Amino acid sequence: MENLLDSWGLTVVTFSPLLGALVMFLLPKEKEYEHKVIALVTSLWVAFVGLMLLIWFDLDATERLQYVVDKSWIQAIHSRYVVGLDGISLPLVLLTVLIVPLCIVYSWNHFPEPKNPKTFLILILVLETGMIGTFVAQDMVLFFVFFEVVLLPMFFMIAVWGGPNRRYASLKFFLYTLFGSALMLVSFLSLFFLTGAESFVFSEIADNVVAHAVSRTAQLWIFGGMFLGFGIKVPMFPFHTWLPDAHTEAPTVGSVILAAVLLKLGTYGFVRIAIPLLPEAAVEWAPWIGLLAVIGIIYGAFCCLAQTDMKRLIAFSSVAHMGFVMLGISTLTDFGINAAIMGMVAHGLITGMLFFLAGSMKERYHTLEIKRLGGLLVQAPKMGWILGFCAMASLGLPGLAGFWGEFPAILSAYNPANGLPVETFRTFMVVAALGTVLAAGYLLWLLQRAAFGTPKEEFAEDPNIHDATKTEWIAWAPLLALILALGIYPNLVFRATDGAVDASLTPCLTIDVDQLSHEEIETTDCPEVYGLLDHGSDHHAVSKGS
Amino acid sequence: MLLNQFLILSAVLFSIGVYGVLTRRNGVMVLMSIELILNSVNINLVAFAAFREAISGEVFALFVIAVAAAEVGVGLAMVLLLYRNRRNIDLAGIDSMKG
Amino acid sequence: MIRFLAAVTSSGDSIPLGITDAGNWFLQNVWLIPLIPAMSFIGILFFGKRLPRGGSELGIAALAIAFLLSICTGFAWMDHRDNFHGEEISQALVSGEHGEHGEHGEHGEPSLAVVNTTTWFTTGGVEFSVGTLVDGPAVMMLFVVTLVSLLVHIYSTDYVAGDRRYTHFFAFLSLFSASMLLLVISENTLQLLVSWELVGLCSFALIGHWWEEKENSNAALKAFLTNRVGDMGLLIGVTILFFATGKLLPDTFGSFSIVTTNALASAGLLSHSTLLIAACCLMAAVMSKSGQFFLHTWLPDAMAGPTPVSALIHAATMVVAGVFMIARLYGVFFEGFSIGGSSINLMALIGGFTTLVGACLAFVQRDIKKVLAYSTISQLGYMVMALGVGAWTAAMFHLFTHAFFKACLFLGSGSVAHSVHSFDMKSDMGGLRKEMPQTFRTFIIGSIALAGLPPFAGFWSKDEILVGTGGWGIMGGTGGNGSYTFMLVMGMITAALTAAYMTRCVYLTFFGEFRGHGHPHESGKRITVPLWILAVLAIFAGFLNLPKGFQLVPKSLQERFGHYVEPVAGYFPQISHATPSWSLAIVSTIIVIAGVVFSWNYYFVKVENTSKETGESLTELPNGLTTRLALARMGHTLLVNKYYLDHLYTGIITRAVKEPIAELAYRSNQEILDRTVDTFGRSAVKIGQLNYFKIDQNVVDGFVNASGRISSESGEELRKIQSGKVQSYAAILFAAATILAGLLIVIV
Repeated sequence: MENLLDSWGLTVVTFSPLLGALVMFLLPKEKEYEHKVIALVTSLWVAFVGLMLLIWFDLDATERLQYVVDKSWIQAIHSRYVVGLDGISLPLVLLTVLIVPLCIVYSWNHFPEPKNPKTFLILILVLETGMIGTFVAQDMVLFFVFFEVVLLPMFFMIAVWGGPNRRYASLKFFLYTLFGSALMLVSFLSLFFLTGAESFVFSEIADNVVAHAVSRTAQLWIFGGMFLGFGIKVPMFPFHTWLPDAHTEAPTVGSVILAAVLLKLGTYGFVRIAIPLLPEAAVEWAPWIGLLAVIGIIYGAFCCLAQTDMKRLIAFSSVAHMGFVMLGISTLTDFGINAAIMGMVAHGLITGMLFFLAGSMKERYHTLEIKRLGGLLVQAPKMGWILGFCAMASLGLPGLAGFWGEFPAILSAYNPANGLPVETFRTFMVVAALGTVLAAGYLLWLLQRAAFGTPKEEFAEDPNIHDATKTEWIAWAPLLALILALGIYPNLVFRATDGAVDASLTPCLTIDVDQLSHEEIETTDCPEVYGLLDHGSDHHAVSKGS
Repeated sequence: MLLNQFLILSAVLFSIGVYGVLTRRNGVMVLMSIELILNSVNINLVAFAAFREAISGEVFALFVIAVAAAEVGVGLAMVLLLYRNRRNIDLAGIDSMKG
Repeated sequence: MIRFLAAVTSSGDSIPLGITDAGNWFLQNVWLIPLIPAMSFIGILFFGKRLPRGGSELGIAALAIAFLLSICTGFAWMDHRDNFHGEEISQALVSGEHGEHGEHGEHGEPSLAVVNTTTWFTTGGVEFSVGTLVDGPAVMMLFVVTLVSLLVHIYSTDYVAGDRRYTHFFAFLSLFSASMLLLVISENTLQLLVSWELVGLCSFALIGHWWEEKENSNAALKAFLTNRVGDMGLLIGVTILFFATGKLLPDTFGSFSIVTTNALASAGLLSHSTLLIAACCLMAAVMSKSGQFFLHTWLPDAMAGPTPVSALIHAATMVVAGVFMIARLYGVFFEGFSIGGSSINLMALIGGFTTLVGACLAFVQRDIKKVLAYSTISQLGYMVMALGVGAWTAAMFHLFTHAFFKACLFLGSGSVAHSVHSFDMKSDMGGLRKEMPQTFRTFIIGSIALAGLPPFAGFWSKDEILVGTGGWGIMGGTGGNGSYTFMLVMGMITAALTAAYMTRCVYLTFFGEFRGHGHPHESGKRITVPLWILAVLAIFAGFLNLPKGFQLVPKSLQERFGHYVEPVAGYFPQISHATPSWSLAIVSTIIVIAGVVFSWNYYFVKVENTSKETGESLTELPNGLTTRLALARMGHTLLVNKYYLDHLYTGIITRAVKEPIAELAYRSNQEILDRTVDTFGRSAVKIGQLNYFKIDQNVVDGFVNASGRISSESGEELRKIQSGKVQSYAAILFAAATILAGLLIVIV
């Protein structure tokens, strides 16, 4: 079993959905029930393999890539099929394999217009392959391919099953992200050629960046390209405008997958590729990333306050929450990046859940205009409670998952990595803390308008408005349980990420200058630490003297 | 070796063929022009085969002849269908693939 | 094995913390106390509706067990405090530290807090732990919280009987108790932060218990949002302390531990400026949670919740969380605000100001619960002021006594409202002393205790605070941490005001003639029994800490509360204790009596007589001061409008969420304050809209749309090539082939 997993586990988990999709492709469209069953069984099988991967994962060596497969793939361009799983990928892969079956269960009885379960489910499965592939790929070209594979199914999902403005939204989503990934590809290629590496495998490129000393300017430009590519996907302010449109128009399941997993491809890119490969450029860029992140937090919150549509409000709240994630990443500390990964998982669960809820409410009320809603707790008490629960989780209530993404990110901004401007980041910290207040504002406002009070007249007698159904419960219960479990015991994520994140950062960033003597600092090979020596030598002397 | 003469002959045939394909509006004429093009290629193949004393060119020419025959068969069938549907075989009128 | 723990700094110094991880079973397993209500929360949530009494029996049972455990813990702690002696070396370390300051005699034997921790999670190479810190204040709070919570549970079974969300009500009461108990035994600031927010959540849910009405959900939102503003300070303050502490410790870059932080701060190892900033940030959290001026406005609104909730959460327990937090991190505050040896500081000022502000507002309320709410604000101000002047024990003692008499008053007001179905004293109450004798008696007891007449509980604790200010040397109270004369004056004025407004409140509720409708009747046993228990405590709780100087009782009975509650340990700063004096006690009593007499003269004499003349039950004189004096009228208007603070907050919030403010229209708008707020609120929305509609939708989005349009237009052009004619395709094909051939020739 273990051997089989070692050599085949990741490949199976990545390509099983594609296989399922192929089988469905061959079946005629009319056999709807068979299609649903195949899709569900496939996704459950994938989830099962994912679980097996978790069970056999060596949690004491999270920094080591596990289940590695290294095969030659496209020799002409030196690209290899290298997949592996470490502590950073693990939570995200598990998140993906969890969300997809839930989405399939949720859409069991209510496929959005124009129905056609066959194509819809095939698209979901293809998406799953793309998403998992991106998280396990260890080769730049492979990563890029999976990163792009995700685009098309999502495009079709929005363009075919979306809301009234779907053409515009889907095209915008597609063009915007494609633009970003084009720049990203350019960065990848230039990195490959500048380092003169033998292959596109991450670890080799990283070694070569150090060995061949790519010029600082080149590093900065390359990081810039990656920044655009990943930043658009996250999305960071000011590249976020595709997100509200895509979310608003996408079918419920599309929104859920988009929020839960797709946005994480961008942040994952930063953590996996941009920062470990180009640490020096990262130090230069980090204050700007941090700045955009906190602007995003405040800006997203303000936009939320101006919204009249519930789904759009949730979409904008994603901008704010991903701001916290990016703030954690921009500190370049293992603390901050751990917080960011926690934030990704938490946001995936919480916002995914909120979109599920918005979808179900839309089905009942046929509108999501906030001023027409009200009294959900009267008509569908359980859904009202879930909305309250998710709003609390989303605003970062301790004891629920959202808090462990937000608070450590704020915490880490107080003390960013060596070489980063401390005062600037402390200012960011205060602004981000202000964001938590605004978050409480718009989420509670939504909760009050939608759940409290009495139902509006037009819906008061509507028999269509009923409490959560059985399929909805099956789809939601795991998410709700996980939000609570991660909130109470965040170690579920931190246990996996801690070691891996620490290993992915160069020691220069995290070395504790206060604990070193002067001579030791001079002998380290870290430009960041030298910077500290110049500015902070007095402070250093004082702290040593006491 | 009189290679040049063969090549010139084939070039002339080829040009006539191209001219025919581009200008004739009659479907049958276009098919015949295509035959001309293919046969000009055949001449080239055979000529080079003889010149280099290698058998492969001739074999390939045989293939081309066979394919051309099939192609003409299909082409004529299409023309026939065209005629049945539209009562003429004017190619200029067929633009249902217009983008 | 018994271990004493000390913090070793990176420079190699060893700072004794004064803690141990050994001790009685009860002290080691105090985590059970919050766990039991937490279990009952889950139980009620999932099975409550199926139980015969809707889940209330689960809650009561859980709280009863927790209460018993707390009592046992209390006795265990008293035993531990007096008799626990561990390894001699460490003992020497602890007392040696104190000996250096030469105050060993005054502070007595060191108290060794029992700390037990376990790792919660690890991130960024830092271990985050959860644990329990059991010492005097924690044990005291455990007792108060479990007792009041238990009584409120029993009371509620009658008070909210038949409510449509009876089960949910008890579920949240349980959750609240669990969170509050977790808060008081928190070992580190992160744990404190978590439970701090959880009690806020429960407060939100319970204020908005009847969420069908907009007013209630508005009040709930206001409470949560105001607290969030303060929590911002808490987040930042905790972060600053985390890193400041970590900098001094080896092998880690941060520490949340309360004892370590306090010990380092008390030892003077943390820089003063860091501590000052941290203390200011934490102060913001205290201001919102404990209703200090100017973040207090949510507390009166919170009275929209059911009365038992007001008694438990918004009088006795949750609102004192801020006070408790100061007491917990006293090392930080003591050093940060330089409490020892100054004559004024931010904390004392805010506290002193709040007492006055709250007491003044209590005069103009019609709603009996709002009188008590403002009174709570005022009394919380007392506690914060006491902490600000260094009278730590007095503050804790006042917290202790206040919990009983204020809960008694709140539950009493609930009992009244239960019978007359209203909270309005002026229109629906009056003359209830005959119909509701039990409620009347307990309410009177609570009022006297609150006013601070000897020998009721409030007198002793209030007097200790006044002593602790150390101001006014002639009057006694010498030897405190500084001479806070200003605070003494504020405290005195408030004492008079408190006496006066409580007299007013009692008159309006229980004297005169009944002004309401229907037939009021005494409440049932489940309401009166808790009232009497609290009333008895309101009488006798004060004897727990009889002052030292008076020689009334043998020495062994003096300052028992202080002895068991106040830590004497490395994690607690060296505070000085003021010497109490007869003169101060007499003066303050006279002032209180003066307040009562003044108010009595107005209500019991003048109003009563006028009522008899006119034949109707009046609530104020028809030609009172406010009708005759313009200045008094202006003052009255200012108070009725709550200093226009609510304009400020509601103005911003409601505007920002685009709500028409009916409330605002009915109040006068001439204040400058108000106008500023309006502009601010409106521009916030404007910015939001401008941002969204102009910038977001046009500029940023415009770029994206333009690129889309360009590609679609170029597609339109290219489309023309697709004529569908075979021959034109062929022409292009041949042309391209020719060009390629040409290129080939040129290149080759």
